[in-house]
Amino acid sequence: MPKKFIVWLPLLVLIGLAALFYKGLYLDTNKIPSPFIDKAAPSLVLPDLLNAQQQVNLEDWKGQVVLLNIWATWCSGCLLEHPVLNAIAKENLVPIIGLNYKDNSQKAKAWLKESGNPFAAIPNDLSGQVAINWGVYGAPETFIIDKQGVIRYKFIAPISMDDWATKLRPLVVQLQGDP
Amino acid sequence: MSTNIKIILMSVLLLLGSSKISALDTTQFSDAKQQARYTALTNELRCLVCQNESIAGSSSDLAQDLRAQVAEQIRTGKSDTEIRAYMTQRYGDFILYRPPNEGKTKLLWMAPILFLLLFLLVFVGIVSSNNKTSIEDDEELE
Repeated sequence: MPKKFIVWLPLLVLIGLAALFYKGLYLDTNKIPSPFIDKAAPSLVLPDLLNAQQQVNLEDWKGQVVLLNIWATWCSGCLLEHPVLNAIAKENLVPIIGLNYKDNSQKAKAWLKESGNPFAAIPNDLSGQVAINWGVYGAPETFIIDKQGVIRYKFIAPISMDDWATKLRPLVVQLQGDP
Repeated sequence: MSTNIKIILMSVLLLLGSSKISALDTTQFSDAKQQARYTALTNELRCLVCQNESIAGSSSDLAQDLRAQVAEQIRTGKSDTEIRAYMTQRYGDFILYRPPNEGKTKLLWMAPILFLLLFLLVFVGIVSSNNKTSIEDDEELE
């Protein structure tokens, strides 16, 4: 009996591997899990896009839940997402900080004037080095930061109304209930 | 004859192509050792938006920024280990082309040895069972 089993063993292993690889085929390699989840947010101090004299500091938002959205006018996904951000802002549930990532400031300002400004503050990251410190590799990306300044969630892709209603909003409400 | 000319033409074109790629990155260090470390590091870090290229080989914006970050950290005296740690803290193990040999990746590194052991086990099993049965029995089975 053990002799028969040992003959079949390679086939079983092969089937196991094939199943594993088949699953691997459908993994979305564009979505890289952030190692930042449940870690303290890195510092974010940058001049404001609309008023360069003024510094935006994430620390100032400690004590409330915030969304940090990474966007730029060169990013087509961000333009798609913009109406959703406008709708989220209208709800007045949670402030959105919109980090303008390696953008042309003139174009960014014109875009906001034209399609509405959902952001409570717009740190202007011209060099992109602050975004690197946050592990950003594309746009749009959205972080949810809790009252203690800890990153709790990262959404990589344009947010749809559905994503907001089913994924982000429930978490925001839950985190707002936390001390 | 014409295939020879084609081959020569192709080689020239390929050479032209490669010189263009090396001209992408103009970062210069005054110290040759630092330059070598820079080249090595940027070749082993993965570009995250163009996932089959290293940050040395990619012309994407993010790769340029990451190269600038590596160059700056080398200039400020950070060690290779510190720079790798900086990158993995932000982008995870995924940014490394050579995954670390620890924790959950242990299995990945052990897999070839495990498969070799499994193969040996099966091989020895089949050979020893064949030795026990006679050759005529084997022929009858087939």
